[in-house]
Amino acid sequence: MLTWLPQNISTYGIEMDHLFRLMYYVLAVWFIAVEALIVFFILRYHQSRQPKPVYVRGDTPSQAAWVLVPVLVVLMLDLGIDKVGGAVWDRIKIQLPPAAEVVHVTGKQFNWEFTYPGPDGKFGTADDQTVENELHVPVGKVIRFELASNDVIHSFFIPTLRLKQDAMPGRKINGWFEATKPGTYEIACAELCGFGHYSMHGVLTVHTPEDYEHWVQSRWAAPKAASK
Amino acid sequence: MATATSSAIAVGTHHEPHSGFWRNYVFSVDHKVIAKQYLWLSLFMALIGGASAYLIRWQLAWPETYVPGWGYVEPQTYNAIITMHGTIMVFFVAMPFVLGAFGNYLIPLMVGADDMAFPRLNMMSIWTLTVSSAVLIASFFVPAGPAAGGWTAYAPLSARAIYTGVYWGQNLWLVAVALEFASFLMGGINFLTTALNLRAPGMTLWRLPLLVWMELIAAVLFLLSVGPLIAGAFMLLLDRMAGTSFFVPDKGGGDPLLWQHLFWFFGHPEVYVIGLPGFGIMMEIIPVFSRKPIFGYKTIVWGTLGAAVLSFLVWAHHMFVSGMDPRLATPFSITTILISVPFAIMVFSMVATLWGGKIELATPMLFAVGGLATFVIGGVTGVFLGSAGLDIYLHGTYFVVAHFHYTLMPLAIFGGFAGVYYWFPKMFGRMMNETLGKIHFLFTFVCFNCVFIPLFLTGVAGNPRRIYETSAYDYLKGVQPLHVIATIATLGLLIGQLPFVVNFFLSMARGRKAGRNPWNANTLEWCTDSPPPHGNFSEPIVVYRDPYEYGNPDMPKDWMAQNEPPPGLTPARDTGGSNQMKRTGTR
Repeated sequence: MLTWLPQNISTYGIEMDHLFRLMYYVLAVWFIAVEALIVFFILRYHQSRQPKPVYVRGDTPSQAAWVLVPVLVVLMLDLGIDKVGGAVWDRIKIQLPPAAEVVHVTGKQFNWEFTYPGPDGKFGTADDQTVENELHVPVGKVIRFELASNDVIHSFFIPTLRLKQDAMPGRKINGWFEATKPGTYEIACAELCGFGHYSMHGVLTVHTPEDYEHWVQSRWAAPKAASK
Repeated sequence: MATATSSAIAVGTHHEPHSGFWRNYVFSVDHKVIAKQYLWLSLFMALIGGASAYLIRWQLAWPETYVPGWGYVEPQTYNAIITMHGTIMVFFVAMPFVLGAFGNYLIPLMVGADDMAFPRLNMMSIWTLTVSSAVLIASFFVPAGPAAGGWTAYAPLSARAIYTGVYWGQNLWLVAVALEFASFLMGGINFLTTALNLRAPGMTLWRLPLLVWMELIAAVLFLLSVGPLIAGAFMLLLDRMAGTSFFVPDKGGGDPLLWQHLFWFFGHPEVYVIGLPGFGIMMEIIPVFSRKPIFGYKTIVWGTLGAAVLSFLVWAHHMFVSGMDPRLATPFSITTILISVPFAIMVFSMVATLWGGKIELATPMLFAVGGLATFVIGGVTGVFLGSAGLDIYLHGTYFVVAHFHYTLMPLAIFGGFAGVYYWFPKMFGRMMNETLGKIHFLFTFVCFNCVFIPLFLTGVAGNPRRIYETSAYDYLKGVQPLHVIATIATLGLLIGQLPFVVNFFLSMARGRKAGRNPWNANTLEWCTDSPPPHGNFSEPIVVYRDPYEYGNPDMPKDWMAQNEPPPGLTPARDTGGSNQMKRTGTR
């Protein structure tokens, strides 16, 4: 199943994939054990092989233990999984590390708008630029995004970054990521937003440091040297 | 109408000598007729729900091609179809099937009562649901078509017509769903009152069949959780029709997140409302076809009560990435993962029941065990989703879609089918055909798994939900073959229901006559005729034991009906322990 995961180009994606693998192997053991027992029991205890049933009610402590002890093991594993999962959630959604770049992302029917602050690093100034469906970031740097929506709920979903955050109209929601590998990757919308939901498609371009400089120059064509 | 006799159990003969077709079959107050009306309604709505699945899957496998029997599916139409598929299957198929049909039919019989506590309210409940269904079907025919905001109807998409282009369709959807809620509130009151107040003497709570426990707990879950959403549905209707802003963050100052909380506070218990009766059906059938008691009756009851309480504390796992305060994810991840514990109790107890049994794989047992085995996949995949850290990736993908089909379908549909094959002899006095039943099971079991296993994989690959096609995304090119497999399996699944339809009607007309108790089962419905008369029982019922006395080596036969006096005892008038409300007066 895990072979179907897209490549991971995200720092926190490593921990998330590790969590996925941990859960997968633990649950696979239980799944195989329970299904094997079911199949084995209906074959072994089929009436053609079992003329007399065993009369147990499961209501004495020693009998009930056959159910309750495995259940206790399930509980222990559950709590262990929650501990690991809690750490992953905390890293991605609670902690907001200091960012090298900030982008404003706005979802709308049916495009993603990316607003860059420009060389002055401030939003709301003359050198801000808004681009539709193109997110450009440098590799290996923490990127903070502030997510909004113009109309309905959208969901900002970048599978290779293991990133998802619903865009809620009326709110500005902060998130972050750090990409580990240059290339182009896709951005989808993961919340039904109208008839064009299937076509909300953006491209994330992760630049090497030099390429990022080129991109900044080409967009802002500043006569003075880029200072980032 | 005849007056009920004054003994502790109403042994009423409610014959109405001159009642005609309308009174007996349309406006009946007999719970058995009403239960069948729920069954017909759910099977009819399942045709529409199944047809919508056909359209969805065809479009996904072969996008923008002509769908045989329909035509081209446009993106807007697609959104309406997935909305109505979910709405119909949850509210108009699963609920009427496992609660309306089986709950209504079996609760009075299984507790030894002559009917529900409030027969006229019962009739009102099925008629309310019928009106509700008519409103929903009408929504297909209004300008701009039916609701298209998903069965979850998130605002603001659902709150302002401009976002979907749909006006009357969504309004009628809200009215239909509100009426459906009203219908099941009426039903729930009847379930509770009947099971608590009309039990036959000797039927203590700890002697109730597990199906009755499950229906009761489901009724309580529904009663306690649905109120906020009824209010929310009204508020959404006002947003749409009166310009209010409960859920729209314009100058009216509303919050879309409020809708999600109202919806899911009900929505999560709702899936257990549907699921628990499915478990209950399996727990009645597995002991009968293993000829041994259910393993750990009290453990199962306490575990289910624990699940019921916990079910009110998990709803925000549907909202981890919604924008709600991220600190809420931790407590909700904990409660969500804890809820796997009572379900593990139920699954392990049923597996333990199989151990050492004398197993007969008749069709009801095939569906019960097949449902159990398939549910395990649903339960296990819920763990992935319940941990917020991983849900970040999986939320809103096909992994979720596959997970909930793997929980709801095994319980409501496999469980429901198991119940049909098992209780058809009681309801119609005839046996269903075993060969057709086994063919139906094989098709359903194999094709169901072949539809949804591929969809788990597309979800892991990052395939978002509710998209018309995958063509916009290069990263999804590799999953298209999985969609084709799922669609071909869907065609098999739909065709595989034909043996069931044929079997159902053929057996009603020409099935082998069933006696009172073709399965040698212990619960009280098997102590009377097939089908039972008005008033259910022709002799007073007294209960001596729990329902799971099978295979006791000290007893003369391998089963003992609940109302059979112990060997050597004359029938007692009252063995105490029940709150028996005397039924007096006219009906």
